Amino acid sequence: MLPALIAALPFLGALLPGLMIRAGRNACAIATGSVTALALLGLMLHAPAVIGGEVILARFEWLPALGLNAHFMLDGLGLLFAGLILGIGLLIIIYARFYLSAEDPMGQFYTYLMLFQGAMVGIVLSDNILLLLIFWELTSLSSFLLIGYWKHLPEGRQGARMALTVTGMGGLAMIAGMLILGNIAGSYDLSVILTKGEEIRASEWYLPALILILAGCFTKSAQFPFHFWLPHAMAAPTPVSAYLHSATMVKAGLFLMARMWPVLSGTPEWFYIVATTGAVTMLIGAKIALFKDDLKAVLAFSTVSHLGLVTMLLGLGTKAAAIVAVFHIINHASFKAALFMAAGIVDHEAHTRDIRRLGGLRRLMPVTFAITLIAALSMAGIPPLNGFLSKEMMLEEALHTPWAGMAWVFPLLVVSAALLSVASSLRLNVHVFMGPERTDYPHHPHDPGFGMWAAPAFLALLVVMIGLFPMTFAGDIVAATSRAVTGEAVEVKIYHWHGLTAALYASVAAVVGGALVLGLHGPLGRLWLALPRPEAKAIFDAVVGAAAGVARALSEGIHDGALSRYLAIFTVGVLGLGFWAFAGGVHLPGMRMPLEAGPVAWVGWALLATCSVLVAVLHRARIVALVLIGVVGLVVSLGFVYLSAPDLALTQLSVEVVTIILLLLALNFLPKRTPAESGGARRLRDALIALLAGLGTAALAFALMLRDFGLPTISDYHLANSKTGGGGTNVVNVILVDFRGYDTFGEIIVLGIAGLVIFALTEALFAGPAGRRLLGWRADAPKAGDRHPMMLVVAARVLLPISIMVGIYIFLRGHNEPGGGFIAGLVVAIALLMQYIASGSAWTEARQRIDYHAFIGVGVVIAGATGIGAWFATRPFLTSNFGYFRIPPFEKFELATAMAFDLGVFLTVIGAVMLTLASLTRIALRAGTTVNAAPMDADPSAAPASEARG
Amino acid sequence: MSHWIILPVVLPAMLAPLIVLGMRHDLVLQRVASVAGTLGLGAIAAHLMWRATVLGPEAYLLGNWPAPFGIVLVNDRLSALMLALAAVLALIVVLYVIGSGWDRRGRHFHALFQFQLMGVNGAFLTGDAFNLFVFFEILLIASYGLMIHAGGGARLKAGVQYVAYNLAGSTLFLFALGTIYAVTGTLNMADLAVRMAELPEGEAALARVACVLLIIVFAVKGALVPFQFWLPATYALAPGPVAALFAIMTKVGAYAVLRFGTLVYPPGSPATGDIVAQMLLPGAVLTLIAGMVGVLGARSLGRMAAYAAIGSMGTLFLAIAPFEPRASAAALYYLIHSTLAAGCLFLAVDLVTARRGDDALGPDRAPIAQGGVIGALYFAAAVAVAGMPPLSGFVGKLLVLDAVRAEPYGMWLWGAILGTSLIAIMGLGRAGSAVFWKPHGAAQPAGAHAAHAPAQPLAFVALGAGLALIVALTLLAGPVTGWLGATAAEIHTPAIYIGAVLGPAGG
Repeated sequence: MLPALIAALPFLGALLPGLMIRAGRNACAIATGSVTALALLGLMLHAPAVIGGEVILARFEWLPALGLNAHFMLDGLGLLFAGLILGIGLLIIIYARFYLSAEDPMGQFYTYLMLFQGAMVGIVLSDNILLLLIFWELTSLSSFLLIGYWKHLPEGRQGARMALTVTGMGGLAMIAGMLILGNIAGSYDLSVILTKGEEIRASEWYLPALILILAGCFTKSAQFPFHFWLPHAMAAPTPVSAYLHSATMVKAGLFLMARMWPVLSGTPEWFYIVATTGAVTMLIGAKIALFKDDLKAVLAFSTVSHLGLVTMLLGLGTKAAAIVAVFHIINHASFKAALFMAAGIVDHEAHTRDIRRLGGLRRLMPVTFAITLIAALSMAGIPPLNGFLSKEMMLEEALHTPWAGMAWVFPLLVVSAALLSVASSLRLNVHVFMGPERTDYPHHPHDPGFGMWAAPAFLALLVVMIGLFPMTFAGDIVAATSRAVTGEAVEVKIYHWHGLTAALYASVAAVVGGALVLGLHGPLGRLWLALPRPEAKAIFDAVVGAAAGVARALSEGIHDGALSRYLAIFTVGVLGLGFWAFAGGVHLPGMRMPLEAGPVAWVGWALLATCSVLVAVLHRARIVALVLIGVVGLVVSLGFVYLSAPDLALTQLSVEVVTIILLLLALNFLPKRTPAESGGARRLRDALIALLAGLGTAALAFALMLRDFGLPTISDYHLANSKTGGGGTNVVNVILVDFRGYDTFGEIIVLGIAGLVIFALTEALFAGPAGRRLLGWRADAPKAGDRHPMMLVVAARVLLPISIMVGIYIFLRGHNEPGGGFIAGLVVAIALLMQYIASGSAWTEARQRIDYHAFIGVGVVIAGATGIGAWFATRPFLTSNFGYFRIPPFEKFELATAMAFDLGVFLTVIGAVMLTLASLTRIALRAGTTVNAAPMDADPSAAPASEARG
Repeated sequence: MSHWIILPVVLPAMLAPLIVLGMRHDLVLQRVASVAGTLGLGAIAAHLMWRATVLGPEAYLLGNWPAPFGIVLVNDRLSALMLALAAVLALIVVLYVIGSGWDRRGRHFHALFQFQLMGVNGAFLTGDAFNLFVFFEILLIASYGLMIHAGGGARLKAGVQYVAYNLAGSTLFLFALGTIYAVTGTLNMADLAVRMAELPEGEAALARVACVLLIIVFAVKGALVPFQFWLPATYALAPGPVAALFAIMTKVGAYAVLRFGTLVYPPGSPATGDIVAQMLLPGAVLTLIAGMVGVLGARSLGRMAAYAAIGSMGTLFLAIAPFEPRASAAALYYLIHSTLAAGCLFLAVDLVTARRGDDALGPDRAPIAQGGVIGALYFAAAVAVAGMPPLSGFVGKLLVLDAVRAEPYGMWLWGAILGTSLIAIMGLGRAGSAVFWKPHGAAQPAGAHAAHAPAQPLAFVALGAGLALIVALTLLAGPVTGWLGATAAEIHTPAIYIGAVLGPAGG
């Protein structure tokens, strides 16, 4: 089986449990287990070859440009770890089947577990460090799900988040480290990197890469000072703790250090960082483990301690130490997983795992006791169990390594750690199983069924067998692994009796001392409790809480919802960047002379400036402000006339009229005054910003107007081709409907959308609280008393046909004289608007039955269809055509397709304006405005009669 | 001349008024038309991608006026990519909208939706600076309509801010265009590129001002700090699927920066030099930080997703800023990813909101119906957004990290990207665990919430499809980045684009 397939199988298997749970819990567990068993079988088929020294590769290209490829490699180290992951995984699957209660969603559990398993196998079989990173982070994610599996426990949630944060942080550091490493080596493939040790260690980037990668390893393997997350991860169900947090995931860091050992180790930096961290972790873990009362917490900290032990061994940098590290990984996996499962059994049966509430279980749970006894003694390093073997070898290495010239550092750390470890190992037996039977267990315990103890019993058996016959059961795999770690063939010799060495004395001292310490556990425990000690969780929570608080304060402080502030920042940003850009380039001021400004221009300018300032000053009185804005608009229109731009003037004028009328109608239902919301200082600030913005704009406009175009402009072409190519003498109109008809097409759609949006908005308003407010609306200004004055009605009626005629005229002349569909549409719309104002909506709508939606729709469709029509002449969209026709008795006249387009513009403009008006009308009706079917309030036919009476 | 290029604009531009005209009283008709139109857009975009790949960039002369005097549309690899991305996202969103019934809650959803697509597509295709302004207007007004769809006080208030802020941007766009025209005398982008290269020295200062103003306009669209203020409330309060669609709107800004920064203002241009990069880089880092910090500090799921969108824009601009082919290829990959990821996250959040009535992130909230499935979908979307493996965010992040490595301050950029990733992971993890991990006892939704448990199979399918695309993007990273590498090479050789518009002698 290809290594890639071995890694992929658990992922594929992750799909099964979710489905198979429908067939029952057993079927679910069997299906899950079969997948793992199959992967294990595939792995084992390779075992002989790998142990024989072969490296099995499987390579698939994924993202070669980056160097991220699905390259897999199976060597001794991979075999050992994959075997551990799949083997213990299988045991855990069996164990979990009996451990999980009926309420726990088992399918979900197995799915997460398989995801994790796949990720783990992926890590150890990757031949590409970027691929490895992917699997690495996946283990963080899947363990997040597994730790939080018991959704009802707040500890689970917090533990999961803590684990994710800490290991995620390490993972991110490792991304950087791996990228640097790959860059030095010129490849992200491990098989290449492993051959470039010299280069990498000599690189100036070695230290950053080392630190970053180690950050990943240390966080994952819970090394000091990142050890604190592991105990909190124990909120997970026990199978998870046994699997992730003792046997596999926490060993990923060790794996990686072992994997990178030939490349990264052997430097003083490696030694001082790795070995020191390992030794310190070993001691701290062992110390804390001793004083914990929660069975799983004891095991968790003892795991931390043993992980430290292996880290220290790898850090020593010698081949012998590396071999011991490999051996201890095997041993620790066997006894610690067994202990976790046994602890889980105790918890499951006695309904507590608090050591203070246990004791005397020896007779009640003999099988569990036997398993715990064997595993714990191995952990304590009692001969002939496997823990003894590796601990002896470890002591041998550590005792002879000086630290910064001081020979006593490692012996002191290591022996004290071993002593404390012995004490807590023994305590597991003594305080839980020994002593008198108690009567106050939360639940009367007894041994569980075979299914539950089979897995730990198997591991305990392994502990004994490796202990008795190390070379038979572990020799080959240790040799193969060590070869992979050290990069060369090694001879492994494991035996019990080394003679009367320092290590043996140390070992004896540790056991005796450990027993003494356990004897003094009570007083020591009280002393421990009395001493102040940093509570990692509290610190972590405080840090994260503070981070979240700062984040919240920052983002809410910055995005405080004040539009005026946002716009102030916008304006300042634009000004600052604009000035910065201007200052960075050469500017030759223009040489054009300003035109002589006549008195008319000065009057217009003064009016414009005065009204603009007045708007700012009086803006709180909304109607006044609106009037002033109207004046500004009118002056701008006049300015266009003055500067010989009649099209613009016409457009501006009609737009002004329409918008001011619509705004007035809308203002009817709004407060007439804007409340003052900002204080004096802020207003001063805003005034200053506004002033600067105005000056900046003026300066820019001035700079542009004082100069000739630097390069010839495209408008010359427009002037030259307007008549010949576009068929019109009014260049502005030809630009609008032809040269840049596409822009116009877009702009009428903007108008059309605006109409639709206003309509939809009105509908939405009615559904919300605003609609209810409208229902209770009372006019806040006295009414005129004469809603539909006769003068207005008559005038509007007289003007209607005239306006429409003018509109049509403007429309038709547009192509050659100032005018066009846009202006024509506005003119007609104004005429219609006047009918609404004069006689009210009911009267008007009764006489005009086409829905304004249709105007918009038809308008856009006509404009678009005109453009599409060009396709049939194999011309691009919106290509115009024109011709001259003569129908007697008329003169020769011109017809252009651009006129059809302009018709679309015309209709859309009317539709958008009138739909807006109709929406405002609906608001008015909603607010209780009465309607009248008659054209005006006074009945002219009745008037003379009353006069006659008088 | 092939009319394919205009179709992404004409199809929705004709479909939307027809929906208004003939279908506005029948929702089923509108839905069918909208989905059919969106599918059509997808097919057109696919064809345009094929054309751009095989035939190279093509220009479409509107009104048959020769460039640079009329308006041209240009379909090159970059434009076609953006069109395809928009169509795919739109299809997911429209299916979700139908599945979740959002289109029933207000008027004219589908018409506005098609107009919005028209605006987005037009912006991606146009080769004319003023025409770009027109399409910015279209997508602004249409997006405003979509944003306030279904109304509600908070939403309308945010809508006012959205439209006011963006109108300020539009006004600035006009300032920029006026300045550009005054300096160069043209609006055609290819012609602009030619003229910027041979600009008299005395025009440099004004040309730089124009450049900066223009980039600020795009920065507003792309939510680059300090022009991001409109985004959080808008995205958080818009209907979920609309916020998902808006994922492509910020990309319009990014696209425009990339287009102008490679074509008109390439690095080392005599007048503008590296001014675009100098503006972008600090802004990008700040955007990244502001976004991810916001994710951690958010009080509601919607706001969290909105800040995540800001953060992703930071990463994107960071990759754009070097204006160098390799980085641009990484940026494009990240752009595709972040569009899909942000869309999926907003849809997942909407599923939660639909079942809870609101999206606040307080403790002790009742669990939601279908929490398991929704939780899984949220988890996948969050993994994508945070850039965690195994989804494309991680690949994208690796590509970006690799691309900015050689930049000055490269290590600081790494620190910013990786550090903010951690913050994002924390924020997304906190939010997810607070929403989805609940006591067993409360597993059954309380009576008040049972009403918020619609079946909505189509909504789930739409979100699932979005996530499936992210998976596909991950698995096909090799071929995709290969294609994007060629795309980046194409846009960094402006002569290709200029030649397509102005003819081979145009340069």
